[in-house]
Amino acid sequence: MMECERCHQRPAVIFLTEITNGQKRTMRLCEQCAREIQAESFGFLPQIDLHNFLAGLLHNEFNPPASGPAEPPAAGARCEACGLTEAQFARQGLLGCGECYKYFGERLEPVFRRIHGTTCHAGKVPERTGGRVKVVNRIERLKLEMKEAINREEFERAAQLRDSIRELEKELQQEDQAHASERNSE
Amino acid sequence: MPLKETLNNAHSHWMDGSGPEADIVISSRVRVARNLAQLPFPHLLSPQQAGQVIDAVRAAADSAAVREKAGELTVIRMNELTPVDRQILVEKHLISPDLLEDFERKAVVLREDEVLSVMINEEDHLRLQCLLPGLQLNEAWQLVNALDDGLEATLDYAFDEKLGYLTACPTNVGTGMRASVMLHLPGLVLVNQIRGVLAAISKLGLTVRGLYGEGTEAAGNLFQISNQITLGQAEEDIVAGLISVTRQLLGQERAAREALSRERKEQLADRVGRAYGVLKHACIMSSEEAMRLLSDLRLGINLEMIKNIPASLITELIVLTRPAFLVHAAGRELSPVERDVYRAKLIRRKIAAAQQC
Repeated sequence: MMECERCHQRPAVIFLTEITNGQKRTMRLCEQCAREIQAESFGFLPQIDLHNFLAGLLHNEFNPPASGPAEPPAAGARCEACGLTEAQFARQGLLGCGECYKYFGERLEPVFRRIHGTTCHAGKVPERTGGRVKVVNRIERLKLEMKEAINREEFERAAQLRDSIRELEKELQQEDQAHASERNSE
Repeated sequence: MPLKETLNNAHSHWMDGSGPEADIVISSRVRVARNLAQLPFPHLLSPQQAGQVIDAVRAAADSAAVREKAGELTVIRMNELTPVDRQILVEKHLISPDLLEDFERKAVVLREDEVLSVMINEEDHLRLQCLLPGLQLNEAWQLVNALDDGLEATLDYAFDEKLGYLTACPTNVGTGMRASVMLHLPGLVLVNQIRGVLAAISKLGLTVRGLYGEGTEAAGNLFQISNQITLGQAEEDIVAGLISVTRQLLGQERAAREALSRERKEQLADRVGRAYGVLKHACIMSSEEAMRLLSDLRLGINLEMIKNIPASLITELIVLTRPAFLVHAAGRELSPVERDVYRAKLIRRKIAAAQQC
Protein backbone atom coordinates (compact mmCIF):
# COMPACT_ATOMS: atom_id res chain seq x y z
CA MET A 1 0.00 0.00 0.00
CA MET A 2 1.30 3.41 -0.96
CA GLU A 3 1.20 6.07 1.73
CA CYS A 4 0.17 9.67 1.28
CA GLU A 5 3.10 11.97 0.48
CA ARG A 6 1.68 14.76 2.59
CA CYS A 7 0.59 13.24 5.88
CA HIS A 8 2.51 9.92 5.62
CA GLN A 9 -0.30 8.28 7.56
CA ARG A 10 -3.24 7.38 5.39
CA PRO A 11 -3.12 5.34 2.17
CA ALA A 12 -2.71 7.33 -1.07
CA VAL A 13 -5.78 6.97 -3.25
CA ILE A 14 -5.61 10.12 -5.40
CA PHE A 15 -2.96 11.16 -7.90
CA LEU A 16 -2.83 14.90 -8.26
CA THR A 17 -0.94 16.29 -11.26
CA GLU A 18 0.08 19.93 -11.24
CA ILE A 19 1.61 21.76 -14.16
CA THR A 20 3.34 24.99 -13.21
CA ASN A 21 5.37 26.89 -15.81
CA GLY A 22 5.64 23.76 -17.92
CA GLN A 23 6.92 21.69 -14.98
CA LYS A 24 4.83 18.61 -14.33
CA ARG A 25 4.61 17.24 -10.83
CA THR A 26 2.52 14.35 -9.57
CA MET A 27 1.59 13.84 -5.93
CA ARG A 28 0.15 10.72 -4.36
CA LEU A 29 -2.33 11.76 -1.72
CA CYS A 30 -4.95 10.43 0.64
CA GLU A 31 -8.46 11.73 0.23
CA GLN A 32 -8.32 14.17 3.13
CA CYS A 33 -5.04 15.79 2.05
CA ALA A 34 -6.26 16.01 -1.52
CA ARG A 35 -9.36 17.79 -0.34
CA GLU A 36 -7.33 20.22 1.73
CA ILE A 37 -5.06 20.99 -1.19
CA GLN A 38 -8.07 21.39 -3.42
CA ALA A 39 -9.68 23.81 -1.00
CA GLU A 40 -6.48 25.86 -1.13
CA SER A 41 -6.10 25.88 -4.88
CA PHE A 42 -9.44 25.38 -6.56
CA GLY A 43 -12.03 24.78 -3.92
CA PHE A 44 -15.10 26.97 -4.12
CA LEU A 45 -13.83 28.98 -7.02
CA PRO A 46 -16.14 31.61 -8.42
CA GLN A 47 -17.12 33.73 -5.41
CA ILE A 48 -13.70 33.87 -3.83
CA ASP A 49 -11.95 34.55 -7.11
CA LEU A 50 -14.31 37.37 -7.87
CA HIS A 51 -13.60 38.93 -4.50
CA ASN A 52 -9.87 38.60 -4.90
CA PHE A 53 -10.10 40.14 -8.30
CA LEU A 54 -12.29 42.96 -7.07
CA ALA A 55 -10.11 43.47 -4.03
CA GLY A 56 -7.24 43.95 -6.48
CA LEU A 57 -9.18 46.57 -8.38
CA LEU A 58 -10.09 48.35 -5.18
CA HIS A 59 -6.56 48.12 -3.89
CA ASN A 60 -5.33 50.01 -6.94
CA GLU A 61 -8.14 52.49 -6.66
CA PHE A 62 -7.55 53.13 -2.98
CA ASN A 63 -3.75 52.93 -3.12
CA PRO A 64 -2.60 54.75 -6.26
CA PRO A 65 0.93 53.72 -7.25
CA ALA A 66 3.42 55.81 -5.28
CA SER A 67 4.65 58.50 -7.63
CA GLY A 68 5.56 61.13 -5.08
CA PRO A 69 5.78 61.10 -1.33
CA ALA A 70 3.13 58.80 0.11
CA GLU A 71 0.12 60.73 1.33
CA PRO A 72 -1.29 59.82 4.70
CA PRO A 73 -4.74 58.24 4.43
CA ALA A 74 -7.53 60.81 4.16
CA ALA A 75 -9.41 61.64 7.31
CA GLY A 76 -12.73 59.85 7.73
CA ALA A 77 -11.51 56.77 5.86
CA ARG A 78 -13.88 54.71 7.93
CA CYS A 79 -17.62 54.09 7.84
CA GLU A 80 -19.17 55.77 10.85
CA ALA A 81 -22.09 53.35 10.94
CA CYS A 82 -20.27 49.99 11.07
CA GLY A 83 -16.63 51.01 11.57
CA LEU A 84 -15.29 49.36 8.41
CA THR A 85 -12.02 50.98 7.30
CA GLU A 86 -10.84 51.56 3.75
CA ALA A 87 -7.95 49.20 4.36
CA GLN A 88 -10.32 46.41 5.45
CA PHE A 89 -12.49 47.01 2.43
CA ALA A 90 -9.55 47.03 0.02
CA ARG A 91 -8.39 43.74 1.49
CA GLN A 92 -11.72 41.85 1.53
CA GLY A 93 -13.66 43.43 -1.30
CA LEU A 94 -16.77 43.46 0.90
CA LEU A 95 -18.52 46.51 2.33
CA GLY A 96 -19.74 46.46 5.92
CA CYS A 97 -23.24 47.91 5.70
CA GLY A 98 -25.57 50.00 3.54
CA GLU A 99 -24.13 53.24 4.96
CA CYS A 100 -20.65 52.30 3.65
CA TYR A 101 -21.86 53.25 0.20
CA LYS A 102 -22.20 56.84 1.46
CA TYR A 103 -18.83 56.97 3.19
CA PHE A 104 -16.87 55.34 0.38
CA GLY A 105 -19.15 56.56 -2.40
CA GLU A 106 -16.77 58.78 -4.35
CA ARG A 107 -14.00 56.23 -4.25
CA LEU A 108 -16.37 53.54 -5.45
CA GLU A 109 -17.68 55.34 -8.52
CA PRO A 110 -14.72 54.54 -10.79
CA VAL A 111 -14.97 50.92 -9.70
CA PHE A 112 -18.65 50.77 -10.62
CA ARG A 113 -17.89 52.37 -13.95
CA ARG A 114 -15.21 49.78 -14.63
CA ILE A 115 -17.34 46.80 -13.65
CA HIS A 116 -20.77 47.88 -14.85
CA GLY A 117 -20.06 50.75 -17.24
CA THR A 118 -22.42 53.04 -15.30
CA THR A 119 -23.22 54.31 -11.82
CA CYS A 120 -27.02 54.46 -11.99
CA HIS A 121 -29.54 51.79 -11.10
CA ALA A 122 -32.25 51.29 -13.72
CA GLY A 123 -34.15 48.31 -12.34
CA LYS A 124 -36.71 47.41 -9.72
CA VAL A 125 -37.59 49.77 -6.87
CA PRO A 126 -39.07 48.46 -3.60
CA GLU A 127 -42.86 48.58 -3.71
CA ARG A 128 -43.49 49.87 -0.19
CA THR A 129 -40.44 52.06 0.51
CA GLY A 130 -39.47 53.07 -3.01
CA GLY A 131 -42.28 55.67 -3.42
CA ARG A 132 -40.90 58.66 -5.29
CA VAL A 133 -38.07 56.87 -7.12
CA LYS A 134 -40.59 54.60 -8.69
CA VAL A 135 -42.47 57.47 -10.30
CA VAL A 136 -39.26 59.23 -11.38
CA ASN A 137 -38.00 56.05 -13.05
CA ARG A 138 -41.31 55.52 -14.78
CA ILE A 139 -41.18 59.06 -16.18
CA GLU A 140 -37.65 58.42 -17.49
CA ARG A 141 -38.81 55.27 -19.24
CA LEU A 142 -41.80 57.01 -20.80
CA LYS A 143 -39.60 59.86 -22.03
CA LEU A 144 -37.35 57.36 -23.75
CA GLU A 145 -40.32 55.65 -25.34
CA MET A 146 -41.66 59.02 -26.49
CA LYS A 147 -38.37 59.86 -28.16
CA GLU A 148 -38.42 56.53 -29.99
CA ALA A 149 -42.03 57.09 -31.05
CA ILE A 150 -41.12 60.50 -32.50
CA ASN A 151 -38.18 58.97 -34.36
CA ARG A 152 -40.54 56.45 -35.90
CA GLU A 153 -42.93 59.30 -36.70
CA GLU A 154 -45.69 57.75 -34.59
CA PHE A 155 -46.93 61.12 -33.39
CA GLU A 156 -50.24 59.99 -31.99
CA ARG A 157 -48.47 57.49 -29.73
CA ALA A 158 -45.95 60.19 -28.76
CA ALA A 159 -48.75 62.54 -27.75
CA GLN A 160 -50.30 59.84 -25.55
CA LEU A 161 -46.95 59.27 -23.89
CA ARG A 162 -46.47 63.02 -23.35
CA ASP A 163 -49.84 63.19 -21.57
CA SER A 164 -48.94 60.29 -19.28
CA ILE A 165 -45.62 61.95 -18.47
CA ARG A 166 -47.36 65.22 -17.57
CA GLU A 167 -49.80 63.42 -15.33
CA LEU A 168 -47.01 61.64 -13.46
CA GLU A 169 -45.04 64.88 -13.11
CA LYS A 170 -48.09 66.56 -11.64
CA GLU A 171 -48.44 63.70 -9.17
CA LEU A 172 -44.82 64.15 -8.11
CA GLN A 173 -45.27 67.89 -7.62
CA GLN A 174 -48.36 67.42 -5.50
CA GLU A 175 -46.52 64.85 -3.38
CA ASP A 176 -43.59 67.21 -2.93
CA GLN A 177 -45.91 70.04 -1.89
CA ALA A 178 -47.69 67.76 0.56
CA HIS A 179 -44.33 66.77 2.05
CA ALA A 180 -43.24 70.39 2.26
CA SER A 181 -46.38 71.50 4.10
CA GLU A 182 -46.03 68.50 6.43
CA ARG A 183 -42.52 69.61 7.27
CA ASN A 184 -43.67 73.21 7.78
CA SER A 185 -46.44 72.19 10.14
CA GLU A 186 -43.87 70.17 12.12
CA MET B 1 -42.77 17.47 6.69
CA PRO B 2 -41.51 18.71 3.35
CA LEU B 3 -37.86 18.88 4.43
CA LYS B 4 -37.52 15.13 5.00
CA GLU B 5 -38.86 14.55 1.53
CA THR B 6 -36.39 17.02 0.08
CA LEU B 7 -33.52 15.07 1.52
CA ASN B 8 -34.85 11.64 0.70
CA ASN B 9 -35.77 12.48 -2.84
CA ALA B 10 -33.05 13.23 -5.36
CA HIS B 11 -35.69 14.59 -7.63
CA SER B 12 -36.44 18.28 -7.72
CA HIS B 13 -38.86 20.05 -10.02
CA TRP B 14 -35.96 21.65 -11.92
CA MET B 15 -34.73 18.21 -13.01
CA ASP B 16 -37.95 16.93 -14.49
CA GLY B 17 -36.95 17.58 -18.09
CA SER B 18 -40.01 19.72 -18.79
CA GLY B 19 -39.98 23.31 -19.98
CA PRO B 20 -39.03 24.76 -23.37
CA GLU B 21 -35.77 23.69 -25.07
CA ALA B 22 -35.23 21.00 -22.44
CA ASP B 23 -32.99 18.96 -24.78
CA ILE B 24 -30.23 21.54 -24.23
CA VAL B 25 -31.30 23.88 -21.44
CA ILE B 26 -31.37 21.84 -18.26
CA SER B 27 -32.44 24.61 -15.94
CA SER B 28 -32.95 28.36 -15.55
CA ARG B 29 -32.15 30.19 -12.36
CA VAL B 30 -32.66 33.72 -11.09
CA ARG B 31 -31.08 34.88 -7.85
CA VAL B 32 -31.39 38.32 -6.24
CA ALA B 33 -29.46 39.73 -3.29
CA ARG B 34 -31.24 41.81 -0.63
CA ASN B 35 -30.07 43.30 2.66
CA LEU B 36 -31.88 44.66 5.68
CA ALA B 37 -31.41 48.38 6.20
CA GLN B 38 -30.69 48.45 9.93
CA LEU B 39 -27.96 45.82 10.29
CA PRO B 40 -24.37 45.36 9.10
CA PHE B 41 -23.82 42.91 6.24
CA PRO B 42 -23.45 39.23 7.25
CA HIS B 43 -19.64 39.10 7.51
CA LEU B 44 -19.77 41.77 10.25
CA LEU B 45 -22.79 40.42 12.16
CA SER B 46 -22.48 39.24 15.75
CA PRO B 47 -24.06 35.82 16.36
CA GLN B 48 -26.93 37.62 18.06
CA GLN B 49 -27.55 39.93 15.10
CA ALA B 50 -27.34 36.96 12.74
CA GLY B 51 -30.17 35.44 14.77
CA GLN B 52 -32.12 38.69 14.43
CA VAL B 53 -31.87 38.50 10.63
CA ILE B 54 -33.11 34.91 10.65
CA ASP B 55 -36.02 35.82 12.97
CA ALA B 56 -36.99 38.80 10.82
CA VAL B 57 -37.02 36.71 7.65
CA ARG B 58 -38.92 33.95 9.45
CA ALA B 59 -41.63 36.42 10.46
CA ALA B 60 -41.79 37.85 6.94
CA ALA B 61 -41.96 34.37 5.37
CA ASP B 62 -44.94 33.58 7.63
CA SER B 63 -46.76 36.79 6.71
CA ALA B 64 -49.98 36.85 4.71
CA ALA B 65 -48.26 38.88 1.95
CA VAL B 66 -45.69 36.15 1.29
CA ARG B 67 -48.20 33.30 1.55
CA GLU B 68 -50.40 35.02 -0.98
CA LYS B 69 -47.61 35.86 -3.45
CA ALA B 70 -45.27 32.89 -3.08
CA GLY B 71 -47.01 30.12 -1.15
CA GLU B 72 -46.06 28.16 1.95
CA LEU B 73 -42.39 28.42 2.97
CA THR B 74 -40.35 26.59 5.61
CA VAL B 75 -37.40 28.23 7.40
CA ILE B 76 -34.63 25.87 8.51
CA ARG B 77 -31.51 26.92 10.42
CA MET B 78 -28.43 25.21 9.00
CA ASN B 79 -27.43 23.86 12.43
CA GLU B 80 -30.67 21.85 12.56
CA LEU B 81 -29.34 19.71 9.70
CA THR B 82 -26.68 16.99 9.64
CA PRO B 83 -23.52 17.65 7.56
CA VAL B 84 -24.73 15.20 4.90
CA ASP B 85 -28.14 16.87 4.69
CA ARG B 86 -26.48 20.26 4.28
CA GLN B 87 -24.28 18.93 1.48
CA ILE B 88 -27.37 17.48 -0.24
CA LEU B 89 -28.92 20.93 -0.44
CA VAL B 90 -25.76 22.07 -2.25
CA GLU B 91 -25.80 19.11 -4.62
CA LYS B 92 -29.40 19.89 -5.54
CA HIS B 93 -28.34 23.49 -6.24
CA LEU B 94 -30.75 24.82 -3.63
CA ILE B 95 -27.99 26.55 -1.67
CA SER B 96 -24.41 27.58 -2.44
CA PRO B 97 -21.35 25.98 -0.79
CA ASP B 98 -20.76 29.30 1.02
CA LEU B 99 -23.81 28.62 3.18
CA LEU B 100 -21.93 25.67 4.73
CA GLU B 101 -19.18 27.86 6.19
CA ASP B 102 -19.95 29.27 9.60
CA PHE B 103 -23.31 27.55 9.29
CA GLU B 104 -24.45 28.25 12.88
CA ARG B 105 -25.47 31.75 11.78
CA LYS B 106 -27.14 30.75 8.54
CA ALA B 107 -30.50 29.43 7.44
CA VAL B 108 -32.43 28.45 4.34
CA VAL B 109 -36.04 29.03 3.35
CA LEU B 110 -37.61 26.41 1.09
CA ARG B 111 -40.86 25.98 -0.74
CA GLU B 112 -42.02 22.38 -0.86
CA ASP B 113 -41.52 22.00 -4.61
CA GLU B 114 -37.99 23.49 -4.27
CA VAL B 115 -38.72 26.01 -7.01
CA LEU B 116 -38.22 28.90 -4.57
CA SER B 117 -35.57 29.14 -1.88
CA VAL B 118 -33.89 31.88 0.15
CA MET B 119 -30.42 31.70 1.67
CA ILE B 120 -30.14 33.73 4.87
CA ASN B 121 -26.81 35.30 5.95
CA GLU B 122 -24.76 34.08 3.03
CA GLU B 123 -22.78 36.99 1.57
CA ASP B 124 -25.94 39.13 1.81
CA HIS B 125 -28.74 38.91 4.37
CA LEU B 126 -31.08 37.40 1.79
CA ARG B 127 -30.45 35.65 -1.49
CA LEU B 128 -33.75 34.78 -3.15
CA GLN B 129 -33.62 32.02 -5.74
CA CYS B 130 -35.95 30.48 -8.28
CA LEU B 131 -34.91 27.35 -10.16
CA LEU B 132 -37.00 26.00 -13.05
CA PRO B 133 -36.47 23.30 -15.69
CA GLY B 134 -35.78 24.28 -19.30
CA LEU B 135 -35.50 27.82 -20.64
CA GLN B 136 -37.83 29.73 -18.30
CA LEU B 137 -35.86 32.78 -17.22
CA ASN B 138 -38.81 35.17 -17.50
CA GLU B 139 -40.98 32.87 -15.41
CA ALA B 140 -38.19 32.48 -12.85
CA TRP B 141 -37.78 36.25 -12.58
CA GLN B 142 -41.52 36.73 -12.12
CA LEU B 143 -41.61 34.20 -9.28
CA VAL B 144 -38.61 35.76 -7.55
CA ASN B 145 -40.10 39.20 -8.08
CA ALA B 146 -43.38 38.15 -6.43
CA LEU B 147 -41.57 36.57 -3.46
CA ASP B 148 -39.46 39.73 -3.17
CA ASP B 149 -42.60 41.92 -3.11
CA GLY B 150 -44.10 39.69 -0.43
CA LEU B 151 -40.99 39.90 1.77
CA GLU B 152 -40.62 43.64 1.23
CA ALA B 153 -44.13 44.19 2.57
CA THR B 154 -42.65 43.70 6.05
CA LEU B 155 -38.84 43.92 5.67
CA ASP B 156 -36.97 47.23 5.23
CA TYR B 157 -34.38 46.74 2.50
CA ALA B 158 -31.12 48.64 2.12
CA PHE B 159 -31.90 50.59 -1.05
CA ASP B 160 -30.39 53.73 -2.54
CA GLU B 161 -32.20 55.92 -5.09
CA LYS B 162 -29.17 56.10 -7.34
CA LEU B 163 -27.42 52.79 -6.75
CA GLY B 164 -30.41 50.52 -6.25
CA TYR B 165 -30.26 47.52 -3.90
CA LEU B 166 -27.13 47.70 -1.74
CA THR B 167 -25.07 44.54 -1.46
CA ALA B 168 -22.01 43.45 0.51
CA CYS B 169 -19.97 43.07 -2.66
CA PRO B 170 -20.10 46.14 -4.94
CA THR B 171 -20.13 43.86 -7.99
CA ASN B 172 -23.75 42.98 -7.17
CA VAL B 173 -25.11 46.45 -6.46
CA GLY B 174 -28.11 47.70 -8.47
CA THR B 175 -30.52 44.90 -9.27
CA GLY B 176 -28.54 42.45 -7.13
CA MET B 177 -29.56 39.95 -9.78
CA ARG B 178 -27.71 36.97 -11.16
CA ALA B 179 -29.66 35.15 -13.88
CA SER B 180 -28.21 31.93 -15.26
CA VAL B 181 -28.92 28.95 -17.49
CA MET B 182 -27.40 25.48 -17.22
CA LEU B 183 -26.70 24.14 -20.69
CA HIS B 184 -25.70 20.70 -21.96
CA LEU B 185 -23.42 21.30 -24.96
CA PRO B 186 -21.89 17.96 -25.99
CA GLY B 187 -22.25 18.76 -29.70
CA LEU B 188 -20.15 21.91 -29.60
CA VAL B 189 -17.56 20.14 -27.46
CA LEU B 190 -17.34 17.18 -29.88
CA VAL B 191 -16.95 19.33 -32.99
CA ASN B 192 -14.36 21.38 -31.11
CA GLN B 193 -16.15 24.71 -31.46
CA ILE B 194 -16.82 25.28 -27.79
CA ARG B 195 -13.78 27.44 -27.06
CA GLY B 196 -14.59 30.00 -29.70
CA VAL B 197 -18.24 30.13 -28.72
CA LEU B 198 -17.47 30.62 -25.04
CA ALA B 199 -14.87 33.27 -25.77
CA ALA B 200 -17.47 35.19 -27.78
CA ILE B 201 -19.98 34.98 -24.93
CA SER B 202 -17.55 36.36 -22.39
CA LYS B 203 -17.22 39.47 -24.55
CA LEU B 204 -20.95 40.17 -24.09
CA GLY B 205 -20.82 40.90 -20.37
CA LEU B 206 -21.70 37.31 -19.54
CA THR B 207 -19.77 34.77 -17.50
CA VAL B 208 -19.35 31.13 -18.49
CA ARG B 209 -18.18 28.37 -16.26
CA GLY B 210 -18.13 24.61 -16.33
CA LEU B 211 -20.47 23.01 -13.87
CA TYR B 212 -18.87 20.62 -11.36
CA GLY B 213 -15.61 21.05 -13.24
CA GLU B 214 -12.41 22.77 -12.30
CA GLY B 215 -11.34 25.80 -14.29
CA THR B 216 -12.33 25.53 -17.91
CA GLU B 217 -12.86 21.76 -17.88
CA ALA B 218 -16.59 21.16 -17.79
CA ALA B 219 -17.47 17.74 -16.42
CA GLY B 220 -20.40 16.24 -18.31
CA ASN B 221 -20.29 19.06 -20.88
CA LEU B 222 -22.47 21.15 -18.58
CA PHE B 223 -21.96 24.90 -18.74
CA GLN B 224 -23.47 27.70 -16.73
CA ILE B 225 -23.91 31.11 -18.32
CA SER B 226 -24.81 34.13 -16.22
CA ASN B 227 -24.92 37.92 -16.38
CA GLN B 228 -22.00 39.87 -14.94
CA ILE B 229 -23.50 43.35 -14.96
CA THR B 230 -26.04 44.27 -12.27
CA LEU B 231 -26.07 48.07 -12.47
CA GLY B 232 -27.69 50.21 -15.17
CA GLN B 233 -29.93 47.54 -16.67
CA ALA B 234 -33.47 46.64 -15.64
CA GLU B 235 -34.09 43.06 -14.55
CA GLU B 236 -36.24 42.41 -17.63
CA ASP B 237 -33.40 43.61 -19.89
CA ILE B 238 -30.84 41.38 -18.18
CA VAL B 239 -33.17 38.40 -18.61
CA ALA B 240 -33.95 39.27 -22.24
CA GLY B 241 -30.22 39.59 -23.04
CA LEU B 242 -29.42 36.21 -21.53
CA ILE B 243 -32.34 34.58 -23.34
CA SER B 244 -31.22 35.91 -26.70
CA VAL B 245 -27.64 34.67 -26.20
CA THR B 246 -28.99 31.30 -25.06
CA ARG B 247 -31.15 31.03 -28.19
CA GLN B 248 -28.11 31.75 -30.33
CA LEU B 249 -26.22 28.99 -28.52
CA LEU B 250 -29.13 26.59 -28.95
CA GLY B 251 -28.96 27.13 -32.69
CA GLN B 252 -25.23 26.43 -32.76
CA GLU B 253 -25.50 23.34 -30.55
CA ARG B 254 -28.31 21.92 -32.70
CA ALA B 255 -26.31 22.58 -35.88
CA ALA B 256 -23.32 20.77 -34.35
CA ARG B 257 -25.49 17.81 -33.35
CA GLU B 258 -26.97 17.66 -36.83
CA ALA B 259 -23.54 17.76 -38.46
CA LEU B 260 -22.36 14.98 -36.17
CA SER B 261 -25.32 12.71 -36.94
CA ARG B 262 -24.80 13.37 -40.64
CA GLU B 263 -21.00 13.24 -41.00
CA ARG B 264 -19.99 11.04 -38.07
CA LYS B 265 -22.96 8.78 -37.71
CA GLU B 266 -21.10 5.56 -36.81
CA GLN B 267 -18.67 7.24 -34.45
CA LEU B 268 -21.53 8.94 -32.65
CA ALA B 269 -23.61 5.77 -32.40
CA ASP B 270 -20.52 3.93 -31.15
CA ARG B 271 -19.85 6.54 -28.49
CA VAL B 272 -23.44 6.58 -27.26
CA GLY B 273 -23.68 2.79 -27.38
CA ARG B 274 -20.48 2.35 -25.38
CA ALA B 275 -21.64 4.83 -22.75
CA TYR B 276 -24.97 3.01 -22.51
CA GLY B 277 -23.27 -0.37 -22.21
CA VAL B 278 -20.85 0.70 -19.52
CA LEU B 279 -23.51 2.53 -17.49
CA LYS B 280 -25.75 -0.54 -17.69
CA HIS B 281 -23.15 -3.07 -16.63
CA ALA B 282 -20.18 -1.47 -14.84
CA CYS B 283 -19.64 -2.33 -11.17
CA ILE B 284 -17.18 0.42 -10.18
CA MET B 285 -17.56 3.96 -11.43
CA SER B 286 -15.86 7.21 -10.46
CA SER B 287 -17.80 10.44 -10.46
CA GLU B 288 -15.80 11.80 -13.45
CA GLU B 289 -16.51 8.69 -15.53
CA ALA B 290 -20.19 8.81 -14.59
CA MET B 291 -20.47 12.45 -15.66
CA ARG B 292 -18.77 11.77 -18.99
CA LEU B 293 -20.87 8.70 -19.82
CA LEU B 294 -24.13 10.25 -18.66
CA SER B 295 -23.42 13.19 -20.96
CA ASP B 296 -22.90 10.83 -23.93
CA LEU B 297 -26.05 8.90 -23.07
CA ARG B 298 -28.09 12.09 -22.75
CA LEU B 299 -26.95 13.16 -26.21
CA GLY B 300 -28.03 9.74 -27.56
CA ILE B 301 -31.45 10.14 -25.94
CA ASN B 302 -31.89 13.65 -27.39
CA LEU B 303 -30.96 12.38 -30.87
CA GLU B 304 -33.42 9.49 -30.44
CA MET B 305 -30.72 6.86 -30.74
CA ILE B 306 -31.82 5.55 -27.35
CA LYS B 307 -35.55 5.53 -26.90
CA ASN B 308 -36.53 3.82 -23.67
CA ILE B 309 -34.89 6.16 -21.17
CA PRO B 310 -36.24 9.65 -20.36
CA ALA B 311 -33.68 12.47 -20.46
CA SER B 312 -34.90 13.61 -17.04
CA LEU B 313 -33.47 10.40 -15.54
CA ILE B 314 -29.99 11.48 -16.63
CA THR B 315 -30.30 14.84 -14.88
CA GLU B 316 -31.52 13.06 -11.78
CA LEU B 317 -28.60 10.59 -11.94
CA ILE B 318 -26.08 13.43 -12.22
CA VAL B 319 -27.32 14.76 -8.88
CA LEU B 320 -28.01 11.37 -7.29
CA THR B 321 -24.45 10.12 -7.87
CA ARG B 322 -22.75 13.09 -6.14
CA PRO B 323 -20.90 12.08 -2.95
CA ALA B 324 -23.35 13.34 -0.28
CA PHE B 325 -26.33 11.76 -1.98
CA LEU B 326 -24.56 8.42 -2.13
CA VAL B 327 -23.71 8.60 1.57
CA HIS B 328 -27.31 9.53 2.32
CA ALA B 329 -28.73 6.74 0.15
CA ALA B 330 -26.36 4.20 1.70
CA GLY B 331 -27.22 5.42 5.20
CA ARG B 332 -23.57 5.40 6.35
CA GLU B 333 -20.14 6.84 5.56
CA LEU B 334 -18.54 5.32 2.45
CA SER B 335 -14.88 4.98 1.54
CA PRO B 336 -13.94 6.27 -1.94
CA VAL B 337 -13.90 2.76 -3.35
CA GLU B 338 -17.21 1.83 -1.73
CA ARG B 339 -18.64 5.04 -3.13
CA ASP B 340 -17.65 4.09 -6.67
CA VAL B 341 -19.20 0.66 -6.22
CA TYR B 342 -22.38 2.14 -4.80
CA ARG B 343 -22.57 4.72 -7.60
CA ALA B 344 -22.33 2.02 -10.30
CA LYS B 345 -24.99 -0.05 -8.55
CA LEU B 346 -27.36 2.89 -8.29
CA ILE B 347 -26.98 3.76 -11.97
CA ARG B 348 -27.57 0.12 -13.03
CA ARG B 349 -30.67 -0.09 -10.87
CA LYS B 350 -32.15 3.22 -12.07
CA ILE B 351 -31.59 2.43 -15.75
CA ALA B 352 -33.10 -1.05 -15.36
CA ALA B 353 -36.14 0.42 -13.59
CA ALA B 354 -36.65 3.02 -16.33
CA GLN B 355 -36.58 0.34 -19.02
CA GLN B 356 -39.29 -1.69 -17.31
CA CYS B 357 -41.87 1.07 -17.43
